[in-house]
Amino acid sequence: MPQVKRALADSARLLHRASSRRKRFMLRLYVAGTTPRSMRAIEDARRLCEEYLGEQFKLEVIDICQRPTLAIDEQIIAVPTLVRRLPEPLRKLVGDLSNSERVLIGLDLLVREDQKLT
Amino acid sequence: MGALPKAPTGIQGLDQITEGGLPQGRPTLICGCAGSGKTLFALEFLVRGATQYEEPGVYMAFEETGEELAQNVASLGFEVNDLIAKKKVIIDHVQIAKGEIREMGDYDLEGIFVRLGYAIDAIGAKRVALDSLETLFVGLTDTAILRAELSRLFHWLKERGVTAVVTAERGDGTLTRHGLEEYVSDCVILLDNRISNQFATRRVRVVKYRGSRHGTDEYPFLIGARGISVMPITSLGLTHGASSERIGTGVPRLDAMLGGKGYYRGSSILVSGTAGTGKTSLSAHLVEATCRRGERCLIFLFEESPSQLLRNMRSIGIDLEPWMRKGLLQLHAARPTLYGLESHLVTMHKVTEEFKPSVVVMDPVTNLSSGGTITEAKSLLTRLIDFFKTNQITTFFTSLTTGDQNQESTDVGISSLMDTWLLVRDIESNGERNRVLFVLKSRGMAHSNQVREFRLTDRGIDLMDVYVGPGGVLTGTARVAQHAREAAEALARQEEFHARKRQLDRDCIALRAQMNTLRLDLEAAEEELRKIALRENSRKETEIEDRLVMARARQADPVVNGVHRDRGRKRKEV
Repeated sequence: MPQVKRALADSARLLHRASSRRKRFMLRLYVAGTTPRSMRAIEDARRLCEEYLGEQFKLEVIDICQRPTLAIDEQIIAVPTLVRRLPEPLRKLVGDLSNSERVLIGLDLLVREDQKLT
Repeated sequence: MGALPKAPTGIQGLDQITEGGLPQGRPTLICGCAGSGKTLFALEFLVRGATQYEEPGVYMAFEETGEELAQNVASLGFEVNDLIAKKKVIIDHVQIAKGEIREMGDYDLEGIFVRLGYAIDAIGAKRVALDSLETLFVGLTDTAILRAELSRLFHWLKERGVTAVVTAERGDGTLTRHGLEEYVSDCVILLDNRISNQFATRRVRVVKYRGSRHGTDEYPFLIGARGISVMPITSLGLTHGASSERIGTGVPRLDAMLGGKGYYRGSSILVSGTAGTGKTSLSAHLVEATCRRGERCLIFLFEESPSQLLRNMRSIGIDLEPWMRKGLLQLHAARPTLYGLESHLVTMHKVTEEFKPSVVVMDPVTNLSSGGTITEAKSLLTRLIDFFKTNQITTFFTSLTTGDQNQESTDVGISSLMDTWLLVRDIESNGERNRVLFVLKSRGMAHSNQVREFRLTDRGIDLMDVYVGPGGVLTGTARVAQHAREAAEALARQEEFHARKRQLDRDCIALRAQMNTLRLDLEAAEEELRKIALRENSRKETEIEDRLVMARARQADPVVNGVHRDRGRKRKEV
């Protein structure tokens, strides 16, 4: 994980941790089957959570092949999808989670400096 | 060689132009502009599959919720909620809000696949509708992924063996905005809602249908009380049964002209003629005769209001109002220009299906062409006639022809569709107009080739023989005058005969009297003759006696022989 931090710093853009950081996070990761893509997504999600959220999170992994009704309930169309159920508002992140910066921004954990200013 | 298996859509008319339905187990693309009826098409395909063909279906709605859909089609008699409860149909609403999803990286649409697969397995679905996949392009931006996934989806649908309909919005110059036609190669159907002459007409065209014959034209369709109904042109299937039952025309003399029995049930009858020739009156007679038999009649008026028709028909002694009150007669009046031809068709279909008449009158049919072009009007009529014939409804059309054109052609060129064609024509002579009626054709019956004079009296239509003589066809007062002249001539002949007879009688009497006189004269003459002869005889005898006496007195030699002989012969003679 030091690599990530370094990468973020190296990007020369100032990133601010959002104030929501201290709140409790409830996340759900929807994957389809035990494909390599699924496994990688699960791994990425766990890693990001542990690193950025510490103890403040709950991550549920749901295999829609096993529980298709949950895919219907949550309106899942693409996998992998990471859903931030809490804190509000609901966020849906689609696609693999290897790009940590984008994921953190997507979860409102980081705010890009330029956006914050405008 | 096995024919391509097809899944009947149950949509009225569509199965005819696709010759059986959509390709079974394959996806079909339904494209069209907004509001062209794609969603209804897809939903009707599923509902009819579930209700008529025992094929449960899954509807994946990307734009509307299941509840909205059910509400929208409830007016068409589709009990979607009921079908859902019976596990015949599943509606899965896929909600994609723009901006709700943030794309992080690579993904696939396994979510769609899983949900679809789950729904298909849950009810054993044979049919799937996806309405419309293009919404994905709104919610998701990575078109490369989307395209790959759509391609995979269509393969997957084929593998599952479900008959699928996929709707897509029409693009600029292309069939679909996002090129979905690239993936669906088996069957593409285009829906269109075009406006011409300010009237909207819906049309459907089978753009392609791999491995199957299909109608290639554009067929108008309408969204009516029972869903979509495509109206294929008659020639596709001339399969309606023909009844040999006859129904009276309401004019006894006209029945006589039509083989003595009138029209065939379920046939189409056209009456053409110039203005005011009594076309409507002929129709009123038919209507009255039909109602009298206790059958139902439906009249579509494009020119007169119902009350106007009732009043006018009362003037020729036909009161239609009691039949209206009894519920045997319905009148529908609408200006042809009030709405498009398609809407007219809808109304006529709807009313006919509800009222179930045995006779339909359209008066005048020529006016319909003012609601569209002539070709459109003709195609409308073709479809209408087809519709009526398949339902064994006798149709009576009146057609207004203008005076100067060839009367044996009609404005909309529909005469070839007609079974019986009557022509009412004006004949102008001696400063008056008179109507004559011909039977131009009447399929399947021996009909009169005679012209009849056609008179409107206060007791209805009266047909009379016209006078056809050396002076041509005489009608009206000329005919009356001719009849009078003939009567006078006959009377004169009669009188002459009587006079001559009397003369001859007199002659006979005179001759007989003459004969009597002559006979009396004859008798007198004969009597005289007898008397003369007797006298002569007795004279001769006396003479001989005298001679003998004298001879004896002279004592002459008896010339015995001569005297004897003489005496002997004379005695004999006496």
